[in-house]
Amino acid sequence: MLRRGLVFAAVLAGLWALWEAYRAFGVAVSLTWPFEVNERTMPHIHDMIGQLFEPSRRNGPLLIEVLGKAALFTAKEAAVGFALGAGVGFLIAVALVHSTLLQRGLLPYIVASQTIPILAIAPMVVVWLGGRGLPGWFSVSVIAAYLTFFPVAINALRGLQSADPRAHELMNSYAASRWTVLWKLRVPASLPYLFAAFKIAATACVVGAIIGELPASIQDGLGGAILNFNQYYASSPESLWATNIIAALLGIAFFLLIVLTEKLVVRRAPEHFV
Amino acid sequence: MSTTVVQPVPRSFGRMMGRGARDWAPAVAIFVLGIALWEGLVRGLDVQRFLLPAPSEILSTFWDERDTLVSAGLFTFKEAVGGFLIGSAFAVLVALVLARWRPLGNALMPYAIAANAVPIIAFAPITNNWFGILSPASKMAIAAVIVFFPVMVNTLRGLTSVRPESVELMRSYAARERDIFRRVRIPTSLPYLFTGLKVATVLAMIGAIVGDYFGGSQDALGIQIRRSAGIFAFEEAWAAIFVASVLGIAFYGAVALAERVVLSWHPSVRGGRE
Amino acid sequence: MNEQAAVVSLKSLTKDFARGGVRALQEIDLEVRQREFVSLIGPSGCGKSTLLRIIGDLVQPTSGEVVVNGKQAHQARLDRDYGIVFQDAVLYDWRTVAKNIALPLEMLSWDRTRRSERVGEMVELVELAGFEGHYPWQLSGGMQQRVSIARALAFDPPLLLMDEPFGALDEMTRERMNMELLRIWQESSSTIVFVTHSIAEAVFLSTRVVVLSPRPARITGIVDIDLPQPRNTDTREQERFFELVTQVRELLRTGDRSGEELPA
Repeated sequence: MLRRGLVFAAVLAGLWALWEAYRAFGVAVSLTWPFEVNERTMPHIHDMIGQLFEPSRRNGPLLIEVLGKAALFTAKEAAVGFALGAGVGFLIAVALVHSTLLQRGLLPYIVASQTIPILAIAPMVVVWLGGRGLPGWFSVSVIAAYLTFFPVAINALRGLQSADPRAHELMNSYAASRWTVLWKLRVPASLPYLFAAFKIAATACVVGAIIGELPASIQDGLGGAILNFNQYYASSPESLWATNIIAALLGIAFFLLIVLTEKLVVRRAPEHFV
Repeated sequence: MSTTVVQPVPRSFGRMMGRGARDWAPAVAIFVLGIALWEGLVRGLDVQRFLLPAPSEILSTFWDERDTLVSAGLFTFKEAVGGFLIGSAFAVLVALVLARWRPLGNALMPYAIAANAVPIIAFAPITNNWFGILSPASKMAIAAVIVFFPVMVNTLRGLTSVRPESVELMRSYAARERDIFRRVRIPTSLPYLFTGLKVATVLAMIGAIVGDYFGGSQDALGIQIRRSAGIFAFEEAWAAIFVASVLGIAFYGAVALAERVVLSWHPSVRGGRE
Repeated sequence: MNEQAAVVSLKSLTKDFARGGVRALQEIDLEVRQREFVSLIGPSGCGKSTLLRIIGDLVQPTSGEVVVNGKQAHQARLDRDYGIVFQDAVLYDWRTVAKNIALPLEMLSWDRTRRSERVGEMVELVELAGFEGHYPWQLSGGMQQRVSIARALAFDPPLLLMDEPFGALDEMTRERMNMELLRIWQESSSTIVFVTHSIAEAVFLSTRVVVLSPRPARITGIVDIDLPQPRNTDTREQERFFELVTQVRELLRTGDRSGEELPA
C-alpha cells in the first residue's frame, strides 16, 4: 500500500519536474519549435493550481467553485449518456448473439457508424430533441450515448459468445430455455469483456459530454467553461489550464469508478463459467 | 487488462473480411434496403428536410460542392494522418522502452491507462494557443496525443505476451537480449500493434475534425460542418459528414490492408484452422 | 563395458527456491554417458523439469556441480552444446516449418545454402517432407512436435534435452512418436535426457531410467533397461518389459513416503 503511494507520488513529481524543466529550458533558450515557450504558453503548474483558489471573475465565486459546478453538470450529462449507450449497446449485442444473419448484416454498420463524427450530428440532434421539448443537456447525453454504445456492443457481443461450448452443452442437457442460457451463462461470461468496454466508454462519454455542449451552446458545463476561459487566455492562461485539469480529473474519476465497480462485481461473479 | 485496448472485432467478422460474396450479401442487402428506406421515409413522410435530407439530396449537394468539400476533406485528412503517424511512432518507441525495462513498464502501466481517460480533445484550445489556431499542427498534436495511449498500451501488451518457453528456447541458443527482442518479441507484438493502429485511425480522424470545433482553419472539414450546421444548411453538413466518413473508412481500410500484408502468416488472414 | 565420456555430470546438485524456501532438488549425483538415452521420472512437481533446465543453464543451481560436454553448464549453453524440446512445441507462428527449423542455424550464422541443405535433411529425418512451407497452426500436435525435434537437432548438438515432449499427445500418437524418436536417436547418434511421467514410455525409450522421489527430489534408484535394441512394437509385449515397468513402479512407490498419487 505504502509502495503504491510512493510510486504515485514519484510519478506526479516526475511529471511536474518534466514540465518545469522543459519550461525553464525553453524560456532560457527562447525555444520556438515545436511551439514558443513563454509564461503564456506554459504557465507554472503551481500557478495553475493556485488559480483555482482565485475568484473566477471580479468579485465572483472562486474558480474552483465554478468549475466544480460545471464538472457536476457535465458529469450528469455523461452519466445519463453512459447508462443509455451501455443499455442500448448491450441490447444490440443480445439481439446479435441470437442471430448470425443480423450479425452479418448489421456489424459492418455498427463499425462504420463510428467513422461518422457524431459532433457533426450534434446540432441536428439538439434541434430535433429541442423541438420535442427536451432540455439541451439531454441532447448532450444522447451524444455521449452514441460514443458509448459502440465499444459496449462490440465487447458485449464478444463476451456473450465467449462461454465455453461445453458449458453450453451442459445447459442444453438441462433443456434450458434461451432466456436461462442468456442470464445464467452468457451474461456472467461476458462480464470481463463488458468491463473492458465500460472503461473505454467511461472516457468516451465524458469526452462526448464536454464536446457535445459546444454546438448545444450550453454554458453550465465544462465545455462551456473551456470556451469561456479560452477567450480570456491572453489575460489569464492559468484559468484555462485549471479548467483543463478539472476536465482531466473528471475523466479519470469516471474511469476509476468503473475500475472500483469491477473489483466489487467481478469478485462475486465467476470469471469463467464452466 | 484491456482498458484502452479495443478488443479486435469478433472472430466471425474477422473471418468474414477474407471470405466471399455469401458473407457480404446480408450487409449489402441491408445497405441497399437502408438507403431505400431513408429515401422513401423522407419523401413519404415529408420529414423536415433540414434535419435529415434524403440521400439523393445529400449526394447532389456533395456533387455541387465537391471541390470545396474534397479539398477540406484532404486538409483534415492530412492533419489526421500526421497526428496518427507522430502519435503511433512515439507510442511504439515508448512501448519498446517499457518492454525492455520491465520494472519501469509495470510501474507506469496503470498511469498510462488512467491518462487515456483524460478528455484530450478538451485541450484543443491550448494547442491552438501553442501552434496557432489556423495551423494544422494544432490539430495534429491533438490527434497524436489521442492516438498515443491506445497504440502504446496495445503494443506493450504484445511485446510482453511472449511465452516463457519462447524465451528459454532462445536462451538455449545463447541468444542475446537484443536477438530475443528482434526475433521473438517484435513479431509476437505485431498483431497487437495492428489492432491498436486500426483503432487509432478512427481516433485520429475524430480528433482532427472535432479539434476544429474549438476553432480552426476555414479549409478544414470540421469548420465546414460546424458552419453549415450553424446556418441550418444541413444538406451541406451531411455532405461534409459523408466526405468525413468516406475518408475515415479509407484510412481504416488502408491500415487493414497493410495488416494483411505484414501479417500474411496469421491464421485470421489465411482463413485457416485456428 | 567401455568407459564412454560423460556428456552430463551432476555432483551434489541442490536447488532451493528462494521464494517460499522450498527445496526442489537434494544432492543429485548423476552421470549420463555418450549415446545414452536417460529418462527422468517422478511424481508431478518433483522437480524433474527444473533438473533438466539446470542442465541447460536455464535455471541456476543453489549448490553442486554441473558439467556438460566437459564444460561448465553456462559455457556449454554459450557453445550451444544442446538442443531442447518442450512439452509445447513452441514454434513461431510467423515462420514456416522450414524457417522454424532454420532458426538455430540463423543464430549460428550459417549461410543460406548450408541452411537449406540442413533443413532439407532434418525434414527428411522427421518425415515431414512436403510440409516445409506450412505454418505451425496448420499442423497437428504430433507434427508440430516433430518440427520442434527437427529444430533441436538441426545444428547436430551432442546432447538433446526433452521435457515431456509427448505429454500433450494422445496415446496412439504418443506411441508412434516414441518409435520415431528412437529411429531419430539411432540415426543422429546424440545423447538424450528425457523427462516423462509415463513409466511405459520411460522403459520403452531408455537405456537407463532415473527414478526421482517427491520433493525434495532425490534419486530413489536407477534402473538399467536391458531390453534389446532396436526396440519395436513387440518390445512392449515382452515379459521383460513388464518386469522392468514393475521395477520402476516399485521404486516410485518406495520413494513416495506419503502415499501420493502415482503416475499411470
